[in-house]
Amino acid sequence: MRAERRFNVSGVGLFAALLLLWEIYSRAAGIQDYLPPPSAALKALVEPSVARALLGHLAGTLGRFAGGYFLAAALAVGAGVVLGYSRFAYSVSEVIIELLRPMPSVAIIPVAILCLGIGDAMMIAVTVYAAAWPILLNTIDGVRNLDRTLIDTGRTFGLGRLKILWQVALPAAAPYIATGLRVSLPIALILVTTSEMVAGADGLGYFILDEERSLRPANMYAGIVVVALLGYALNRLFLLVEARALAWKRGLQTRGEA
Amino acid sequence: MPLLEVDALCKSYDGSAGAATLAIENISFSIERSEFVALVGPSGCGKTTLLMCIAGLVAPSGGRVAVKAKQVDRPPPDLVLVFQEYNRSLFAWRTVLGNVLFGLEAKGRSGKPAEERARRLLGLVGLEGFERHYPWQLSGGMQQRVAIARALAYEPEVLLMDEPFGSVDAMTRLELEDALLGIWKELGTTILLVTHDIEEAIYLSDRVHVLARRPSRVVETVAVPLARPRNQVGTRAEPGFMELRNRIYRRIADAG
Repeated sequence: MRAERRFNVSGVGLFAALLLLWEIYSRAAGIQDYLPPPSAALKALVEPSVARALLGHLAGTLGRFAGGYFLAAALAVGAGVVLGYSRFAYSVSEVIIELLRPMPSVAIIPVAILCLGIGDAMMIAVTVYAAAWPILLNTIDGVRNLDRTLIDTGRTFGLGRLKILWQVALPAAAPYIATGLRVSLPIALILVTTSEMVAGADGLGYFILDEERSLRPANMYAGIVVVALLGYALNRLFLLVEARALAWKRGLQTRGEA
Repeated sequence: MPLLEVDALCKSYDGSAGAATLAIENISFSIERSEFVALVGPSGCGKTTLLMCIAGLVAPSGGRVAVKAKQVDRPPPDLVLVFQEYNRSLFAWRTVLGNVLFGLEAKGRSGKPAEERARRLLGLVGLEGFERHYPWQLSGGMQQRVAIARALAYEPEVLLMDEPFGSVDAMTRLELEDALLGIWKELGTTILLVTHDIEEAIYLSDRVHVLARRPSRVVETVAVPLARPRNQVGTRAEPGFMELRNRIYRRIADAG
């Protein structure tokens, strides 16, 4: 924990050195048409017309991301609690889960285009599909590893099955669910940008590919920088929310380690 | 009419070779309202299984359990079991106050009055000032106090306790015994407590059922005529206390 907070001087140093090398190489070799120096990408990023366009695309990407991610979370947690709790429900779905889970999620994009056409619905659908897996599997795991005593505690207090699921199983599995949500975060972003590249009319994925095809590599890199920052920011935000929501668990861990 | 009746209770488990293992054989006893009854027996004599059957958490193989003349086939609404493993039974994601509130919520009570009641119960078990703590921040003895307060919040007519002080240190154990007697006197809750500690059984209860091992069965029932209020020094030094202790000890040793 503490090491994470410390400012990583050598790491940032290496990153800066590589950027510098790239800058020098790009200028010296005269290959700026396809590998513009970082300074050119930066210049494109702050140019008002490009920045304005990027902001619009960012909003589109964020909207689809949020829609897909939260929908995936709601569906996968709900299904995961049921599948983790009921042996019957799990054995009925086991084959489907085992077959679909290892399939690369982007393979579903053409199917989604066929079924839903081109548009937000299709892009959100593939995002939900891909992001749901880690959440689903971790939730199942969490509910399965539940201490029998916790469930019996709920029962002796007269709680019915549904209330035990909601008030005991779900919070007890929360750390597992959080792991799934954390793994799903970058997956959702990957699927949003990929589907924007394949079938989007806006969004950062669309922008990046469109600028590449329009022979404006500096703008393309500016788009890549924005997606990278978006991924970074979303992850930091997630860790912040997680630390607050699972504050009770952090204490447990520290004590376990001591 | 007794509040709790256990009648010819049997429990067997399917063994690996197809032969059923008898865990509990033909146990019968009954408890009147506001009584404090202890079941004492050696470790591994099926005491926990017996309590799980009474609590409606495990189905017996034969015989019946009835609370207020109503046969138990699911966890009855007037009865709560306090588990031996308090650290596994408490809700780690709820504060101390939140855990006690759970007992009230389970009874359909919420809001300000419920919170006041939860605070009063925490006072009763000696935990005022710890409302905002999480269970892991407390010692084992304090965690078990939380579990007891949570059970009391449910306002059960019968409180079942499975070796509640089995995993706390000796001093804490004596303190918790006295805290429990204080609560029992104040609330008049009927208590059935299981323990392997003969002296604890005598010190706390009105009546002790002595269990023998494998299969579990009642080999003797001993009334405890010691005066109340009891105290750790005086009561345990009474000749009557020693007599009961020796009698029960011999009974368990003989039964093997």
